[in-house]
Amino acid sequence: MSGADNVVWLGTPAFPEAARGALADTRLRANLRRATGTIRDKRLAVAAELEDWEELRETAAAIKRHTLRHLDHHLLRLEKAVTAAGGTVHWAADAAEANRIVTGLVEATGEGEVVKVKSMATQEIGLNEALAEAGIRAYETDLAELIVQLGGDRPSHILVPAIHRGRSEIREIFRRQMGQWGRPAPEGLTDDPRDLAEAARLHLREKFLRAKVAVSGANFAAADTGTVVVVESEGNGRMCLTLPETLITVMGIEKVLPSFADLDVFLQLLPRSSTGERMNPYTSLWTGVTEGDGPQDFHLVLLDNGRTATLADEVGRQALNCIRCSACLNVCPVYERTGGHAYGSVYPGPIGAVLTPQLVGVENAASLPFASTLCGACYDACPVKINIPEVLAHLRAEAVEAGRRDRLLPTTEALAMKAAAAVLSSPKRLATAQRIAALGARLVARDGRIGFLPGPLARWSATRDAPAPARESMRAWWRRTRTTRRDESRTTAEGKEAR
Amino acid sequence: MRIALFITCFNDTMFPSTGRAVTELLERLGHTVEFPQGQTCCGQMHFNTGYRREALPMVRRFTEVFAGYDAVVTPSGSCAGMVRDHHRAVAARYGDDGLTEAVEQVVPMVYELSELLVDVLGVTDVGAYFPHRVTYHPTCHSLRMLRVGDRPLRLLRAVRGIDLVELPAAESCCGFGGTFALKNADVSNAMLADKVRHVLDTGSEFLTAGDNSCLTHIGGGLSRLRTGVGTLHLAEILASTEGDAQ
Repeated sequence: MSGADNVVWLGTPAFPEAARGALADTRLRANLRRATGTIRDKRLAVAAELEDWEELRETAAAIKRHTLRHLDHHLLRLEKAVTAAGGTVHWAADAAEANRIVTGLVEATGEGEVVKVKSMATQEIGLNEALAEAGIRAYETDLAELIVQLGGDRPSHILVPAIHRGRSEIREIFRRQMGQWGRPAPEGLTDDPRDLAEAARLHLREKFLRAKVAVSGANFAAADTGTVVVVESEGNGRMCLTLPETLITVMGIEKVLPSFADLDVFLQLLPRSSTGERMNPYTSLWTGVTEGDGPQDFHLVLLDNGRTATLADEVGRQALNCIRCSACLNVCPVYERTGGHAYGSVYPGPIGAVLTPQLVGVENAASLPFASTLCGACYDACPVKINIPEVLAHLRAEAVEAGRRDRLLPTTEALAMKAAAAVLSSPKRLATAQRIAALGARLVARDGRIGFLPGPLARWSATRDAPAPARESMRAWWRRTRTTRRDESRTTAEGKEAR
Repeated sequence: MRIALFITCFNDTMFPSTGRAVTELLERLGHTVEFPQGQTCCGQMHFNTGYRREALPMVRRFTEVFAGYDAVVTPSGSCAGMVRDHHRAVAARYGDDGLTEAVEQVVPMVYELSELLVDVLGVTDVGAYFPHRVTYHPTCHSLRMLRVGDRPLRLLRAVRGIDLVELPAAESCCGFGGTFALKNADVSNAMLADKVRHVLDTGSEFLTAGDNSCLTHIGGGLSRLRTGVGTLHLAEILASTEGDAQ
């Protein structure tokens, strides 16, 4: 993996440890609770407005399934259509290649700076860092991305990357940093959201008017027409997509749709799922180059970066359905409490926990599939019906398998699981274990409750009491009270050991 | 109806009272309950923790032991969900065609308790009496894997004497998640704290649910904080009658 790659952030501890710090951050917890709570209610309200919401989800999932099955075909169609419309298509196998292509394209224009539309793909490949190495400055123009960039920070949410920041923090970042990047924040800036937005507007305006090159991502691209789509809320993306002379779009290969008509489905689902709006304020669509209107030089970089490998996994591939709406983050009880940084990846939350390990190899993000209770709220919210709990459980098995390959000796957990499996697959051994547990419980339980457990179970008993195992198990009770002599023979036969 | 009780390994060991309650309840409704002694575990812990291969003997045993009944009932939403959603996958991946076929036969007969009562037996008023203030936590797997919906609430509303109070943010996970409670103990606790707060806000004497594992988690917090709020499986409320001294 190249040093600039951002799919996983080097040096971030495993999820449980990273989460511990986040959980203790009072301001972060308050910001997250407020933000996710608000957006959650809005999403539920607007989704309920559409009678055919479930059919839309089903259709979207079917379109994605079909597209991914014939991905090579649709990508070639897209290339043909974009080329015919005057654009140039580039293919990038990984982050390093994509960065090389974009850097080369910017260098060819002779410009030393670019304006950027909010984009997950360019975050994923660490494009800003790669451009900086080549002496090119990339300016983020999405308000939240701007806050992250000025703060020298990392995004913590797919849609709202500065969700971990409150408005007083944002005012401080603007006051301290705007001057380093361009027009300074106005004197006497307050933390009123309108004032903050105005400061960002003034700061960004000079960049829009000066920029000759823009870099964007893409929400969708229609293979039949070659039309690329960016969906946004602020209009800053529209500025970038229309004012500069050169536009470079970096798009994950899974974003292609077979037909322009498919947008009908996705443009209903995306805004309602992401911001809880019926329609997003700005939807920009462009098809190659139009003379006298908008950028006259358009490049589309198609990015693989682990997607083809993900596609090979029959269970895991559904993660490529993702349209980056972030509904799963907003409904996730884990994300709501830890925020995005704990996931140590540009893709946080439930979708990150299934996407990141697949993009970088599960052994490089082994704690993420376990960062979930499998409560299923994400699956219910997902507009393209990614069964996130199913993929999580699948990736847990992959993580365990990877652990087995990399070790000579099994882990304590593996040994415990093996022992548990031996007990739980034999009624005789289970009954014996139950008798031992009941005896042990008599020594440590008080009023039927156990306050301290040994070993790894201490992580339970640190904050929760445990019930004492019953003196008489269900099977023992049944045998004592319900079994007649005739049943006894049947019971014995059923209870007979397989081994 | 000849109904087999799949008690689940956890209830068998920790909460036989729940199994006795299911038995009493179904017998009171005029059905025959059988307890196959060969039963053990559905394999959920192994499956969800990434030890899928290890779950195979449990899937095989479950399938053999519970074949041939009119219905199989289990007082656990997550174990019912494991059987219904994942036994096929384990059989197909690690077992053989014979097992996969046998799994297909058994799976449709397996019901979580509230499903069996409402959908199969067609009752919501089971003749229970429970004169206490109670709040109900819909467990994640019963809600989002099995889609039991309001079946447990319909059963509870028909209980005489009960003062049923709505739990705020009821559909939020309690933070148990099986081995999640150990692997991610801190996040689990953060979730538990909110669930405990919501339970206390209802002023209930008892918290009930369709799964003792979630109840053990929330109850563990309620007990540690000495709140005095008890936890009781849905089956035990439904089995209570005027004659019982609760």
